[in-house]
Amino acid sequence: MTTPLLEIRDLKVSFRTDDGVVQAVDGVSATLNEGETLGIVGESGSGKSVTMMSVMRLITDPNAKFEGEVLYKGTNLMAMSQDEIRSIRGAGIGMIFQDPMTSLNPVYKVGWQIEEQIREHEKVSRKAARDRAIELLTSVGIPNARERVDAYPHQFSGGMRQRVMIAMAVSCSPDVLIADEPTTALDVTIQAQILNLIKKLREDFGTAVVLITHDMGVVADMADRIAVMYAGKIVEQGTQRELFYDPQHPYTWGLLGSIARLDRPRPRRLAAIPGLPPSLLHLPPGCAFADRCPHRFDRCAEQPALLDRGGDGHLDACHLTRQEKQDVRDATIHPELVEERP
Amino acid sequence: MLTFIVRRTLWTVLVMFVITAVVFIIFFKTPGVDPARAIAGRNPSPQTLAEVRAQFGLNRPLVVQYGLMMKRIFVTRNLVSYSDQGELVVPEIFAAAPATLSLVFGASLIWIVMAIAMGVAAARLRGRIYDPIMMILALIGVSTPVFWLGQVINLITQGKLHTSVFSWVPPLGYTSFTTSPALWFEGLIFPWITLSILYIGFYARVLRANLLEIQSEDYVRTARAKGLSERRVLMRHTLRTSLITFVSLFGLDFGALVGGGAILTEVVFGIHGVGFLTWQALQNLDLPTIMAVVIYGGFFIVLANALVDIGYAWLDPRVRPT
Repeated sequence: MTTPLLEIRDLKVSFRTDDGVVQAVDGVSATLNEGETLGIVGESGSGKSVTMMSVMRLITDPNAKFEGEVLYKGTNLMAMSQDEIRSIRGAGIGMIFQDPMTSLNPVYKVGWQIEEQIREHEKVSRKAARDRAIELLTSVGIPNARERVDAYPHQFSGGMRQRVMIAMAVSCSPDVLIADEPTTALDVTIQAQILNLIKKLREDFGTAVVLITHDMGVVADMADRIAVMYAGKIVEQGTQRELFYDPQHPYTWGLLGSIARLDRPRPRRLAAIPGLPPSLLHLPPGCAFADRCPHRFDRCAEQPALLDRGGDGHLDACHLTRQEKQDVRDATIHPELVEERP
Repeated sequence: MLTFIVRRTLWTVLVMFVITAVVFIIFFKTPGVDPARAIAGRNPSPQTLAEVRAQFGLNRPLVVQYGLMMKRIFVTRNLVSYSDQGELVVPEIFAAAPATLSLVFGASLIWIVMAIAMGVAAARLRGRIYDPIMMILALIGVSTPVFWLGQVINLITQGKLHTSVFSWVPPLGYTSFTTSPALWFEGLIFPWITLSILYIGFYARVLRANLLEIQSEDYVRTARAKGLSERRVLMRHTLRTSLITFVSLFGLDFGALVGGGAILTEVVFGIHGVGFLTWQALQNLDLPTIMAVVIYGGFFIVLANALVDIGYAWLDPRVRPT
């Protein structure tokens, strides 16, 4: 087996705060192979962004503590010096952030900001970097790139700024593109355009993508494999097909159940997962989802491991057996369908 | 950009007009004060009073009085200070201005360099002991009264040590650059330090707070994610945007100081600049001089403000008119 492009091994990230230690990421392991798209899904505070920010070593908080390994082409990023990690950031791994309105420096021209990155990693002339910036802006669908290269971020709309961010992230042809909720701050119509753009770039350059989102619809469209995060842990991980057609964790069921679907009878009320995610300060010793889970039973007081319970590479962290899950799953995801049965 | 500058300049002229009008009204129309008596100095003779009344047209309409006054200040420049042996006020201010400008330029150069160095270092070394140490030093700088600091420095450099370590320090006073550049520099070095210490402390603290705030901005994170060095992130991204606040503060302070705000430093070190002139005029209730100095000071503040606005547009493309 070849080494995966990016491999996260038992990553733990905690923050010391006045109230105690917050375990934001608690033993996350994941792999990303060349050309693959990994979707990381979870609600706010589930640790998905912190995980990927830690991979890039972008968390500068002195109170943060990191454990585990992140292997990029076999080298541990966590053990690298600042200078070494810098040569990976932007060149080997590019990153797109959530809010394009604030992610570009307001006082520099967009072209300059792209050129800055190119010239940081490659010995090219200013002219060559500029030509490449124009080329990149054209390829992400900015009309009149030759003129717009000298515009400032505030002269662009949100969607256009996200395009600029993407152009910047791929400017040094990275192997991995981390997209942290790239469409969350955008209009629905723009969202689709941005996702299509990421898809196109992925195909054109063979870039592997880590897509962080809370939107099941986005990963359904984009991801080859999906990891579902809850309270700092991955609770289920499998291929896109497995996740959508054979989900194993009650939390995933909750996420799927809360999507309005056009191909199903309309529910009287869109389902929601009751309760709130637990505070990461005082995590219960057992399953973190137990308090919100409709299928809670005795064993939930004991921490479930992320295991391959069916022998098919589909991992989940729930004590229920596959058979038990199958019995209760449909009723949990689509109660309205069950009710309507004679 | 050009239309913006033109518009800003016209606006500046308007504000300057308002300043002269307000100052004029304060000095000439304060109820219960006879302007003639105020202008004529202490214990004027009846002839002087009559002369002043006629000269300033004090029994003519207000607009005419204002016009006559402005003509004296700006056109004929023959406003006379009666309490100061008939000295002409406007040339006196112009003669005093180079000393003030020398003082303020030098001091501001020191305080900009020092404040940026300290602010950046403190922000960089945050979480280590150097940061609070520097900020306490800055606080001491802000809290030290200029007149006290100046006197202590004088005690040291002009007192016992004047015969040994500080023998190169010339006696108090100002030597113009054209007379002797060396004396100009030696005489100003301690006034520069004294004046700049307050501002170093203040600016360093403001800059540090601003840098720390901007460090958590999304675009700084983007800059890091691009693989830039910490140094470049700090200088090109964090500091560059922090300078917007810095420049606006600087414009105001610089304007105020050139306009006579360095009064304490000038008096303590015997530098005959605009502040010193103001101090003398205040002691003698020399109304024409006070009035002219107030207008002159106001002009500099307004001018500095206009320059700041233009500087803003240069620093921050978002406020740049298109």
